[in-house]
Amino acid sequence: MGKTTKRLTEAIAACAIGLGLLAAPAAAQDKQLRIFNWSDYVDPEVLDAFKKETGITVVYDTFDQMETVETKLLAGKTGYDLIVVTASFLPRHIPLGLYQPVDREKAPNLKNLWPEIQTRLAKYDPGNKYAVNYMWGTTAVGYNTAKIKERLGPDAAVDSWKIVFEPEQLKKLSNCGVHVLDAVEEMFPAALRYLGLDPDSKKEADLNKAGELLRKIRPHIQKFHSSEYINALANGDICLAVGYSGDILQAKKRAEEAKNGVEIAYSIPKEGALMWFDSFVIPKDAANVEAALKFMDFVNKPEMAAKNSDFIQYASGNIAAKPLLSAAVRDNPGIYPSDEVMGRLYTITPYDQKSQRLVNRLWTRVKTGK
Amino acid sequence: MSAVASLQRLRRLVVAVPYLWLALFFLAPFAIVLRMAFSQAATALPPYAPHWEGIAQIGEFLSQLDLANFSLLGDDPLYWQSYLYSLRIAALTTVFALAIGYPLAYAMASVPARWRGILLVFVILPFWTSFLIRVYAWIGILRPDGLLDQALALIGLEGEPLRLLNTETAVLLGMVYSYLPFMVLPLFATLEKLDRGLLEAAADLGATPVTAFFTVTLPLSLPGILAGSALVFIPAVGEFVIPDLLGGPDTVMIGKVLWSEFFSNRDWPLASAVAVVLLVVLVLPLVLLQRARLRREMAA
Repeated sequence: MGKTTKRLTEAIAACAIGLGLLAAPAAAQDKQLRIFNWSDYVDPEVLDAFKKETGITVVYDTFDQMETVETKLLAGKTGYDLIVVTASFLPRHIPLGLYQPVDREKAPNLKNLWPEIQTRLAKYDPGNKYAVNYMWGTTAVGYNTAKIKERLGPDAAVDSWKIVFEPEQLKKLSNCGVHVLDAVEEMFPAALRYLGLDPDSKKEADLNKAGELLRKIRPHIQKFHSSEYINALANGDICLAVGYSGDILQAKKRAEEAKNGVEIAYSIPKEGALMWFDSFVIPKDAANVEAALKFMDFVNKPEMAAKNSDFIQYASGNIAAKPLLSAAVRDNPGIYPSDEVMGRLYTITPYDQKSQRLVNRLWTRVKTGK
Repeated sequence: MSAVASLQRLRRLVVAVPYLWLALFFLAPFAIVLRMAFSQAATALPPYAPHWEGIAQIGEFLSQLDLANFSLLGDDPLYWQSYLYSLRIAALTTVFALAIGYPLAYAMASVPARWRGILLVFVILPFWTSFLIRVYAWIGILRPDGLLDQALALIGLEGEPLRLLNTETAVLLGMVYSYLPFMVLPLFATLEKLDRGLLEAAADLGATPVTAFFTVTLPLSLPGILAGSALVFIPAVGEFVIPDLLGGPDTVMIGKVLWSEFFSNRDWPLASAVAVVLLVVLVLPLVLLQRARLRREMAA
């Protein structure tokens, strides 16, 4: 055997060992599902039950901002098999090919999805091809009941966007603390709706009017932030917040648990409110699509969907779960609004590049007061 | 001959390491950011255009790059106002940190040596808790009816809640608190090494302690003051977390502007341009300072 051949065999042997090392973790990966989700957004008991039934271990990583997820997706590689994404991001992402279509045949429990929610979600994901709704809710008003009564009188009603967009009235709350979301796509539709305009309008004149209205209330707003209001409400530091239903109900729960005497309520104004949808998607680079589909199927079993909904206290996208829910969740109009209120909830289409730049500019001017 | 040559080669190698480090972890990332700053935001993957299509299309690629982002930074008052505001807050933070840090470091350097170690540990101790948690704790202190209001009520200064949270004062408090150790440590290192014999000599020659301080201690501790101020000022300009948590709509620092351009508006190129200008704003004065110092040394 010549020197070269010997070297060659050594190289091949080394490669074989290398491949063996690579192959071993790949086999383990089949039994692993990597989920990227909000924190505490799946009942841990459901995760345990999933592992028991399928033998698949779930690696559950969390994010605290949708923007973090988007940046990972846009940078090209996520490393996850299943991600929870908010619907308003979908129209930007789907044309870029960031997700794989969901093979519904492999997840028969998706038949339990709520048709009404599916129809509304289809506005963001035409044909419901990529996104499987998990939870949904609204963006509206959370408030400290005692403090509102103290400032606005015992008969004050928080049932209209007037509470936010009437500068004279909001002024009375300014030294008590008002937070609003730092999110264009949440605040402009609400302002447009209050003005009696189409909340989905992308017309420059309409957006300018909404910007004008928001500028008027700005002096009375203490903070523009998309998560700080949860703690501020729960601690009793502020009177009013425009925020996500789930977050406000979470603040209510925290205040109750802390027994600090703070009572928080959530109200969907009579003019209507924007709906949000948190849905599962499978990213293009998912390593374990089979496991992702199994998981989507599993959490859409009516009893599992109900368990998750009871745990996080959000409305499930699964209609079959509704009868199985605890009364506290099912009968809470902030979570499951009446049919009448449902009729007044709206969705919006994404901004195109031009209108996006316009609203961003308007919003910056609102926030800086210039 | 060969021994000398190899020693020289070794010396050159040792000098090359920091340069290599600089090239790898500063220049290369900066080149990526700079290239992005000349692109435009696009609905693409990654979200900007043009993309680098390989060396053959270099002409086309270069022709698509433009200065639009930088001219926007000049046109829209939001950006330069945020830069100025950030510089102002950073300068105030540095002044306050120096005013508090100098006496602190001086006291630490003056106590018997066996106490210094313990005092040093006290300065470093806060780092054992997460920075985020320490800033968050300030929310608990400053919030209406929070710890500060309660403490004031306890000593009989009851009144309307102070409402400091979400104001510039809150941001400054948080900044001075967070950056103070970076001022104290270099000052302590300089003051500790100070030859006390010089002060005795000054006293022997009839200087009052005050005169001795201003003619001996202060000039000799100047390197510590400069190092501490740079360590506080430079990161303070780009600070994002503290103004985000403790500030309100009026405290728009450039770090926050950069964040919202990058994350909320998905305008990576504009965010890159903001970062490039920030770097120039910070590095240029340092370079000029260094030049002036070199020239002075040459002249001397």
